[in-house]
Amino acid sequence: MTAQLMKGNVAIAEAAVRAGLQAYFGYPITPQTELLEHLAMRMVELDRVFVQAESEVAAINMVYGAACAGVRTMTSSSSPGVSLMQEGFSYIAASEIPCVIVDMMRGGPGLGNIQPSQGDYFQVTRSAGHGDYRPIVLGPASVQEAIDLTILAFDLADKYRHLVFVVGDGLIGQMMEPAVMPEMRPIRPHPDWAVDGAVGRPKRIITSLNLTTEGCEQANKRIQARLQIIRENEQRSAEYDTEDARILIIGYGTAGRVAQSSVKMARQMGLPVGLLRPITLWPFPEDRLRSLVDNGVEAILVVEMNAGQMIEDVRLVVGRDVPVELHGRMGGAVPLPDDIVEQVQEIAAQIGLTRASVV
Amino acid sequence: MVTLQDELVRTVVYEHPKALTEVPTHYCPGCTHGIAHRLVAEVIDELDIREHTVVVVPVGCAVFAYDYFNLDGVEAPHGRAPAMATGIKRSLRDRIVFTYQGDGDLAAIGTAEIIHAAARGENITTVFINNAIYGMTGGQMAPTTLPGQQTTSSPRGRDIRLAGNPLRITELLAQIDGTCYAVRRSLHSVREIRRAKKALMTAFRTQVNGLGFSIVELLSSCPTNWGITPPDSLKWIEDNMVPFYPLNDFKVSDSVLTMESGA
Ligand SMILES: Cc1ncc(C[n+]2csc(CCOP(=O)(O)OP(=O)(O)O)c2C)c(N)n1
Ligand code: SF4
Repeated sequence: MTAQLMKGNVAIAEAAVRAGLQAYFGYPITPQTELLEHLAMRMVELDRVFVQAESEVAAINMVYGAACAGVRTMTSSSSPGVSLMQEGFSYIAASEIPCVIVDMMRGGPGLGNIQPSQGDYFQVTRSAGHGDYRPIVLGPASVQEAIDLTILAFDLADKYRHLVFVVGDGLIGQMMEPAVMPEMRPIRPHPDWAVDGAVGRPKRIITSLNLTTEGCEQANKRIQARLQIIRENEQRSAEYDTEDARILIIGYGTAGRVAQSSVKMARQMGLPVGLLRPITLWPFPEDRLRSLVDNGVEAILVVEMNAGQMIEDVRLVVGRDVPVELHGRMGGAVPLPDDIVEQVQEIAAQIGLTRASVV
Repeated sequence: MVTLQDELVRTVVYEHPKALTEVPTHYCPGCTHGIAHRLVAEVIDELDIREHTVVVVPVGCAVFAYDYFNLDGVEAPHGRAPAMATGIKRSLRDRIVFTYQGDGDLAAIGTAEIIHAAARGENITTVFINNAIYGMTGGQMAPTTLPGQQTTSSPRGRDIRLAGNPLRITELLAQIDGTCYAVRRSLHSVREIRRAKKALMTAFRTQVNGLGFSIVELLSSCPTNWGITPPDSLKWIEDNMVPFYPLNDFKVSDSVLTMESGA
């Protein structure tokens, strides 16, 4: 297989097709529209389901229906559209059925703009709807990773019968990079819980209604137990120059990518800086972060394209053990490597690291 | 010799529809939701499609309809049944998919979903229960509440200057090209119940034949929230609802007429 130049949005769409996507429902919104457009062509070509819904509310409920029917299904949107889908996410989570959602985040709040942003971190990693649950959230930092994580998203969704988000932004969605697309996978059979017509078997029901306190608490406990298994088994992250790092930068997706340049620059200056790039935003790679902090990291700089959202997860892991600072840009601004390095230098000075002391 | 007695014993005059489970419903005495369920179940039995049918139930008093229909079923968020039904039907093209929705569910919060399901000509069927009120939440005004009708959120009667006029949604849906069949019937008398069943039969047959979106609106009672007795509520439908919501065929497409003529 050879690498081809591909746009992020198109790569995710095609990866979903290769993963056996059978039914796609979506509504146009920048910066994810190429994804919908690619599927408008591909799904019909393959005699699979493509519907341009009347709204994101309808789209997520079509996904809900298709998921109940037992097919691999997904939708894609951007921040305001994802806000509209919240009720649907909650019903899907309560129904314990799989689906994939792509969120190409944009500057907010409100209509905001279409520039790259990570302002949806809370919205996707917290409950993404009412009630107690967290979706699995994957944050690619390159076109290749977007492809690989889209495939993984479908597998995790099936494995845990849960919602899985792939989150990026306009930068990941619009940039062209060489990447390798996997082979087409066969369509998977309907799972044994699908509501697909009670032919020769007792009827099945999928509902999120749970009127009794005991029943509802029991269902919650089941969901929480499953989330705990996910938390223990599915933490993923990438690292650069962390072996001897005393200052750790943490950033995911686009911010993580930029921060990687900053690490290189800081290293050239002789500063012992490393990068932890979470790939699963939930479950947050807390085990890896804990062990880095236990093994020499003295300060942390969280780089985000928001006012500081993931930083809360970092603080939950490290507490007051080491200082944690934020480098946050908002409104669609992407952090600049130089600015990050500048803040790294300040941190280095604060914790008594000088160039001389480390070389 | 076969006596008249034997003959009578052998003739089945009543049977529980296979498409209904045998659990008692939670509907209030005199509520016509139960009649609507029974009619739909009889149609499903007569078409012999029970194992191939999926029901999408609403948020509203019929939320437990999945317990009463002996069918695969899902429960949709409030108003979103047509979107869920779209997802199911598109994924299972050879299945019969129907939504069962109240007037709050369909004509208020779910107007976008029902109109666009019709516009796409989704090959699904909608059973629309119009009882002129929000039953489940305790009798608030619905889009279908009649002018002057008292509800808990229109305590002095629906004032059309404040709350606008009721929505005749089936007439509206009849204007849409993707709709092949849009009719209104009522459940207030034996005659109307028989007519309702015939309409439901036609609607499900349009789906079996792949003709497009079909809807049967059923004028239905809510004695509990109307605050009147069950017999009075049937009379209330006849005297007050039927004049406002005429029991007509608003759309019977050529394809449906051809189907009906057996061609
Ligand atoms: C998003 C949302 N909003 C409001 C409600 C509360 N709610 C439950 S049932 C209902 C009205 C149902 O009335 P109708 O559709 O007329 O059905 P009926 O109960 O009369 O059969 C409302 C507003 C809800 N469950 N979800
Ligand atoms: S509240 Fe009204 S609609 Fe609901 S079950 Fe009772 S009578 Fe029927």
